[in-house]
Amino acid sequence: MTVSPEDLELLNAVQRDFPVHGRPFAAIAEILGRSEDDVIYRLNELESSGVISRFGAVFDHRKAGSSTLAAMAVPEDQLDEVATIVNACEDVNHNYARENEFNLWFVVTGSDRTAIDDALNGIRARCDFPLLDLPMESAYTIDLGFSV
Amino acid sequence: MNSLDIRVRKSLQSGLPIVAEPYAELARELGVSESEILDTIRRMQQDGLVKRFGMVLRHRQLGYTANAMVVWDVPDNEVDEVGNQLASETHVTLSYRRPRRRPAWNYNLFCMIHGKSRVAVLAELSDIIERNGLHRYAHDVLFSTHCFKQRGGAYV
Repeated sequence: MTVSPEDLELLNAVQRDFPVHGRPFAAIAEILGRSEDDVIYRLNELESSGVISRFGAVFDHRKAGSSTLAAMAVPEDQLDEVATIVNACEDVNHNYARENEFNLWFVVTGSDRTAIDDALNGIRARCDFPLLDLPMESAYTIDLGFSV
Repeated sequence: MNSLDIRVRKSLQSGLPIVAEPYAELARELGVSESEILDTIRRMQQDGLVKRFGMVLRHRQLGYTANAMVVWDVPDNEVDEVGNQLASETHVTLSYRRPRRRPAWNYNLFCMIHGKSRVAVLAELSDIIERNGLHRYAHDVLFSTHCFKQRGGAYV
């Protein structure tokens, strides 16, 4: 879809400090000098097209439960197959191929560390490749999204 | 954690409807009052459980297709300082310390840089190294080549 400069302005206005009161889109529309209906319509279009993933929350991993970043070293010709196995785990929410000997990087989230261990053990049982388990020890950023 | 908290968290994980009165709509779905929903969300923000609330974007769809995970090997007594330096850089979206797993993996500091091209990301990284004097730390750049799965974390 074509994303206009007005769309980018709107997207920058809705990523953080979102109004938590009755008619939030009316408040945003007023700041941007647009109509509430127009803002609601456009945001729905952006969500349908996949630019907006969701209208919701980004959680602090450690307060919300537990998570880890894991990586596997997979022969290139088996990468798709292994990625599919990893994806099948419900607790995996991100899964990317990256340029490194450890070429499959995925994030596992769950209610506690036991849930994470169970998920990783499930994956280990199906794919016998070197696996790194890299839980966060310190976070230096406050995730405020980034301006588009 | 009470059951309304869990139900609100699930809705915040999967997403609220983009309608004129989204909190009233969620209240209707959950069989509670709008003010209970508003109070719950505000409390979760104040407690720090919710780090950010609003529209969550897929930046790749907006042309930010170069996604680099930059990993660094920083001595343990310097890693917090360097982690914070990276975090304060505009183009760095995440900066985390993670454990080393020797001998296979020697890096203990991870940061993400997104950009519209590899060249742009690498130029930005070069500036970051220059500005912060990070030349002495070994680092590697792991661009993503394929996204197999991408959705919000589900904890409940």
